[in-house]
Amino acid sequence: MNIYVVMKRTFDTEEKVEINDGVIDEEGAEFVINPYDEYAIEEAIVLKETHGGEVTVVTVGDEEAEKELRTALAMGADKAVLLDTEDLDGEMDHYTISEMLGAYFQDKAYDIILGGNVAVDDGAGQTAPRLAEKLGINQLTTITKLDIEGTTATIERDIEGDQEIVEAELPLLVTCQQGLNEPRYPSLPGIMKAKKKPLDTLDLDDLDLDEDDLEAKTKTVDRFLPPEKEAGKKLEGEPAEQVEELVNLLRNEAKVI
Amino acid sequence: MDFQYTEEQRMIRDMVRDFAEAEIAPKAEEVDQSGRFPEETFAQMGPLGILGLPISEEYGGAGADTISYALAVEEIGKACGGTGLSYAASVSLGAGPLDSFGTKAQKEEYLVPIVKGEALGSFGLTEPNAGSDAGGTKTTATLQGDRYVINGEKCWITNATYAKAVIITAVSGKKANGDNKISAFIVPTDAEGFKITRPYDKMGVRASDTTELVLTDVEVPEENILGDPDKGFGQFLHTLDGGRISIGALALGIAEGAYQKALAYAHERKQFGAPIGKFQAIQFKLADMAMEIDLARTMVHKAAWLKDQKKRFKKEAAFAKLYASEMSTRVCNQALQIHGGSGYMREYGIERMLRDTKLMEIGEGTSEIQRMVISREIGCP
Ligand SMILES: Cc1cc2nc3c(=O)[nH]c(=O)nc-3n(C[C@H](O)[C@H](O)[C@H](O)COP(=O)(O)OP(=O)(O)OC[C@H]3O[C@@H](n4cnc5c(N)ncnc54)[C@H](O)[C@@H]3O)c2cc1C
Ligand SMILES: Cc1cc2nc3c(=O)[nH]c(=O)nc-3n(C[C@H](O)[C@H](O)[C@H](O)COP(=O)(O)OP(=O)(O)OC[C@H]3O[C@@H](n4cnc5c(N)ncnc54)[C@H](O)[C@@H]3O)c2cc1C
Repeated sequence: MNIYVVMKRTFDTEEKVEINDGVIDEEGAEFVINPYDEYAIEEAIVLKETHGGEVTVVTVGDEEAEKELRTALAMGADKAVLLDTEDLDGEMDHYTISEMLGAYFQDKAYDIILGGNVAVDDGAGQTAPRLAEKLGINQLTTITKLDIEGTTATIERDIEGDQEIVEAELPLLVTCQQGLNEPRYPSLPGIMKAKKKPLDTLDLDDLDLDEDDLEAKTKTVDRFLPPEKEAGKKLEGEPAEQVEELVNLLRNEAKVI
Repeated sequence: MDFQYTEEQRMIRDMVRDFAEAEIAPKAEEVDQSGRFPEETFAQMGPLGILGLPISEEYGGAGADTISYALAVEEIGKACGGTGLSYAASVSLGAGPLDSFGTKAQKEEYLVPIVKGEALGSFGLTEPNAGSDAGGTKTTATLQGDRYVINGEKCWITNATYAKAVIITAVSGKKANGDNKISAFIVPTDAEGFKITRPYDKMGVRASDTTELVLTDVEVPEENILGDPDKGFGQFLHTLDGGRISIGALALGIAEGAYQKALAYAHERKQFGAPIGKFQAIQFKLADMAMEIDLARTMVHKAAWLKDQKKRFKKEAAFAKLYASEMSTRVCNQALQIHGGSGYMREYGIERMLRDTKLMEIGEGTSEIQRMVISREIGCP
């Protein structure tokens, strides 16, 4: 089975993130594999373990993303590909990235492409669905269970707290949701082997793309952190008094009733 | 000179950090209070390759370098000092000498199970009357036919309850100059006459298994001698030099854990209308802690690097162990101070770190012994 994962390097949202003049301070941030993409990598390796084949992890980014690609190789992926954005001067958005991925996949034979449900940095959930559209293949998002028999995939999807069971034909693109699996730790022997596995870098020329074709369709106007939470207010007195005070506050201060 | 981690070193550190944060840290308090050895943690570490991290690939290890190993010990120590001690002892003192001095057959029989996580490594040098003065070993091994008969007592031996064999030092004869000849023996823990108990109630590193060994007419075949029979003592000194790097790394991990908690607390805790981290008295404590931790890490990594380059590292390993262990006690003590009364309470985990780290000034050569080693190395009269 030809298994592909589309992966994004993001900053770790569990660590402190600083924004200066609308730009995220990369110096201070920790970078990780987008957590939802970790589910995709894990599922890809499980598929390989069950059905045989090969797992290739693809990312769009700069040289720095090699770290995350190596981690994916250490987890058990076989090959890694970096679609290098070095030649791009302008802003990039989901359009840019899915166009680059689309160009890469054009001449590839794939049975399944896995991605994360969303990236935790911008939370858009656009890239993978756009890629499936571009390739003209089936797609199912937010999956929590995957079984493949022959060329048919049986999939459970998370639909706002409910489950939906769907069958789809390969080739197929899926995006992975929490609950699908528990990503493994890369093992020590896996880490040691990772550096010997192939990691290819392709630039725009290799992809037969021109910078003008990749111009972002959106523009980022500003970025800012949510306002800091203000300290709460503690009501005092007898229960009846507290209720009265609460109603008063909801009516006159919060103006919600 | 390059102060950057290699990609491999960074990946190993990140993996062990993730593992330690998720699997070890959450039970650090429980295993400290109960003194329970977290067997299940070691069962998980085996398949991930953590227990064979610096061991040759030929015997199932990952063949990683000593810097990677130091990073792994630091991360585990940051999560739990007791787990860190058993880990470092298994790798440096148990697996290390087998890897360095064992025969192929010995490695297959005793090293492979340690690497796989089926058994822990354990090393028995200390005796009731031979601590710092390890040359004063009283345990004896007498050759009778093709078997050695071992008699003696060892105290405070880490990991023996969970070991398949303990490497034990014993007097096996006299040297030409009349001094005792000390050799190392691989003694299977199920050998007849080998009694292992856990009679101690420790101040810290309480999760770590600490045992008393009594050997009464324990017979081992002649081939269980480890390495060169005439150089047993020199082998341990070598083993301990390597072990010192790991104790330095462990102290570093505990200090880092305490410092991070103190820094966070200095942001949260308000007195006199401001976070206490606004007061210069607290800032200077934190500044000193950050500096000393980084200095210790640099020394630990330098010693590890020298070892990896197959250069002499005795003095640097003593520097690293001595500085990191004393630094860690200072840092944990100041971290507790920054926590005020809260630091004195168990739930904040700081008092545990202070108790745990104190051992680092004692085990694998006390601070005084490190200073003796350094004095000798720098050529004092
Ligand atoms: C939790 C724990 C785990 C351990 N694990 C192991 C293990 O796995 N294997 C093992 O073999 N041992 C182990 N040990 C033993 C440890 O290595 C010894 O405790 C240590 O070497 C010190 O020996 P001692 O306790 O007999 O102290 P002593 O040697 O009696 O020293 C007492 C004091 O005198 C000082 N002193 C001694 N000689 C001199 C001198 N010449 N000059 C100046 N000062 C001196 C010491 O520095 C110390 O301050 C462990 C100990 C503990 C507490
Ligand atoms: C076992 C125990 C028994 C106790 N018994 C009693 C008792 O019987 N009665 C009672 O009233 N209290 C008692 N206490 C409380 C004790 O007096 C307080 O813990 C102590 O005064 C410190 O206060 P704190 O813990 O709130 O620390 P904090 O005041 O929060 O201090 C935290 C850290 O900040 C430092 N700090 C604070 N302000 C400044 C500043 N302006 N400049 C520089 N550094 C600063 C402190 O020195 C400390 O290092 C007890 C505490 C314990 C642990």
